Amino acid sequence: MSEGVLYAGAGHAGRHADYLEEPKGLWSWLTTVDHKRIGLMYMWSVLFFFLVGGIFALLIRLELLTPKQTIMDAETYNRVFTLHGAIMTFLVIIPAIPAALGNFALPLLLGAKDVAFPRLNLTSLYVYWIGAAMAVATLALGGVDTGWTFYTPYSTTTGGGVTLMVLAAFVLGFSSIFTGVNFIATIHKLRAPGMGWFEMPLFCWGMYATALIQILATPVLGITLLLIVMERVLGVGIFDPQLGGDPVLFQHFFWFYSHPAVYIMILPAMAVISEVIPTFSKKTIFGYKAIAFSSVAIALLGFLVWAHHMFVAGISLFAGAIFSFLTFFIAIPSAIKVFNWIATMWRGSISLEAPMLFAISFLLIFTIGGLTGLFLAALSTDVHLHDTYFVVSHFHYVMAGSNLIAFLAGIHYWWPKMYGRMYNTKLAAISSAIIFIGFNMTFLPQFVLGSRGMPRRYFNYLPQFQDLHVASTVGSWVLAAGLFLTAAYLLASFRQPKGAPANPWGGRTLEWETASPPTAHNFEGQPVLQHGPYDYRPEPAPVGVKELAH
Amino acid sequence: MNWFRDFLLPPGASTHVGEMDGLFMFITWLTVFFFFFNGGLIFYAVRRWRRRSAKEVTPHITHDTRLELVWSLIPLAVVMLIFLWGFKGYVKAWVAPNDAMEILATGKKWVWEFEYPDGTRTLNDLHVPVNRPVKLVLTSEDVIHSFFIPEFRLKRDAIPGRYTELWFTATEPGIKQVYCTEYCGKGHSDMLARIFVDTPEQYETFLREGDEQVRKMPLKELGRLVWENKGCATCHSLDGTRGQGPSWKGIWNQTHRGADGGEHRVNADYIRQSILTPQAVVVQGFEPIMPTYQGLLREREILGLIEFIKELQ
Repeated sequence: MSEGVLYAGAGHAGRHADYLEEPKGLWSWLTTVDHKRIGLMYMWSVLFFFLVGGIFALLIRLELLTPKQTIMDAETYNRVFTLHGAIMTFLVIIPAIPAALGNFALPLLLGAKDVAFPRLNLTSLYVYWIGAAMAVATLALGGVDTGWTFYTPYSTTTGGGVTLMVLAAFVLGFSSIFTGVNFIATIHKLRAPGMGWFEMPLFCWGMYATALIQILATPVLGITLLLIVMERVLGVGIFDPQLGGDPVLFQHFFWFYSHPAVYIMILPAMAVISEVIPTFSKKTIFGYKAIAFSSVAIALLGFLVWAHHMFVAGISLFAGAIFSFLTFFIAIPSAIKVFNWIATMWRGSISLEAPMLFAISFLLIFTIGGLTGLFLAALSTDVHLHDTYFVVSHFHYVMAGSNLIAFLAGIHYWWPKMYGRMYNTKLAAISSAIIFIGFNMTFLPQFVLGSRGMPRRYFNYLPQFQDLHVASTVGSWVLAAGLFLTAAYLLASFRQPKGAPANPWGGRTLEWETASPPTAHNFEGQPVLQHGPYDYRPEPAPVGVKELAH
Repeated sequence: MNWFRDFLLPPGASTHVGEMDGLFMFITWLTVFFFFFNGGLIFYAVRRWRRRSAKEVTPHITHDTRLELVWSLIPLAVVMLIFLWGFKGYVKAWVAPNDAMEILATGKKWVWEFEYPDGTRTLNDLHVPVNRPVKLVLTSEDVIHSFFIPEFRLKRDAIPGRYTELWFTATEPGIKQVYCTEYCGKGHSDMLARIFVDTPEQYETFLREGDEQVRKMPLKELGRLVWENKGCATCHSLDGTRGQGPSWKGIWNQTHRGADGGEHRVNADYIRQSILTPQAVVVQGFEPIMPTYQGLLREREILGLIEFIKELQ
């Protein structure tokens, strides 16, 4: 079955206890420093909060089925969309791929035993849980109605649990920073012998670029959030004009983190796709260096574009022009990546397994998400579209569609490696189609709602918008059905015997050279890299030897 | 392809529309084109090179510098064009002509108040003359609001402690919808205003005598209109539902207990006082958050409200 016979894993030679079996017991999981176990605990935590945030999303869509009150009042609605946004951003999308899949896969891809700082890794998980508990506890204080963006002076003057929610986001920032520090150190120090920077799988480049942003941008958010707390609790005037502050200053601070954070969400998604497409095309990646440098370019450019969220917020004409100009440069590395992925499929040997179907969904959805960004980067069109459903739809295409579908692609790709079990591949193919259709049904109408003038965060709306809202709500049910189907067959896979081969997809990267699931130490001894990450030639070139140009 | 534009965008009614719609449709077609271009390539690749046997060998193509330059430089040229196009429209929408008429627009939870050059003030209904440049100077009394007129393709935030500007020349008479587009709490989605684009004669009459329609309306109907349009509805329900303020259902001739413990009969004087000096009596259990309507309602509008409340049994 495995096509990677040339490097058949050591796992085939007699079974050792895998990392899931030994040591046993809940306590051993709670005190583990194994990156794979931490990755899985992150993954299930993220999936749990995805369910919670998803239920809030369904409630929002249900409320918007009619122009006036449907199932809740305005104050509840404002709390529900705030929690949906805060949970999905801070507890789901930001940690989804780096902390869950990254923790599981990065050391395996590098041929390492673990991450550089295993205890810091476990700390990061506990910090995440503490932050999550604080975020949920805000419900007991009457909830939060500021929106996940906490814009001042609304956020410094409204009631409820804003202070606790802000502190929760502050704490969660540290979990993100710890993961970033860990990944950078791991990539620098723990690559297998023979693995230079350009022999690393592209997933690692994506994680590296993500980690750079996590480390450089998150502290700014932390400081900003503390300033809000100082204003709310101590009455220090920083943002509230009543106290002599400047509300627009908050937006600069907030987006200085939160725009790079958008790339914390999309770079890991691109990282997963860069693994999935070569494996299922059985062909080397097209333009390795272009993809690797594009990731770093997006990470760095991401720091220079924050004020494109503020074109109508009273920034100067000159600032608007500069930020619009710089924003357009993000489009180039993004376009390069998409074309490189398609070129990788070109003349390949394409197998439409579930991870590949999700990856193709990603390509289509990211194409829409990326191109609709042009409307918002351009100054005159942004003036019309800013803070309407067009923006809501655009960022769901990028953050929810692209990120979560790539997350699903990664889960389906590494599931046999995680658990040694295979899911029902037919159901997986069906659900990938349902999710794709459901997602587009939900969010395509929102582009039109926005361009026709429907503002975001509206509890009541004018009757002329109802048809498109109904279409979107029905789409959300289709999307939910697809996601529940995915959950069902993934959970059902635990009833299958542990029979997944070491290399079910014929991948060429190191994680496929060890057993599924791996032992606690990942590999039997130290693996030595023998060929490049995506070298599918029958006789791959040994690494370290300069290849002739093609 | 005008039908497609009309499907996506509301009708245009200001001098900014042409600039913005042209760029909007250009990017729309670009998006449609690249979606089908990429989708088509993927579909073709999957059909043409679907794996038929596990033994298939694929060519080892690591890169192609010329091809990669092409798909970097063409997008670069396209986005630079979009940047310049967008910048041009933005500059035009930013710099108001010198002869623009200035109106002060103040946002507060959850109404818009307008003050005209001659001192006239209105709530939620903005009257402007057609074909004359108008500059709105925006500010806010509490949190950030945003003034959005889809049919003019314009939007600008109203920020407390600052002044921002927005200008337009309306090109046809009629009523245009205004939305608040910066989230501002419970009444955010009800913070709607209307722009009445008047002919020069209608505008003169408005400044002299107030809105024509309003002048001719029976008092009770006028009261309902005021309730709907001047922000009353945001806090005071008609069906007994508790809002930020007491419901108006059946309160006529009833007794309100004030926060100070005093009892007050709901009659014409009490209603008038509650509108003009709302903090004089705050009904027990409610916050003293209502702003004063002093100078914002005409005498006839207050009478209308009294008649309207009288009838609400």
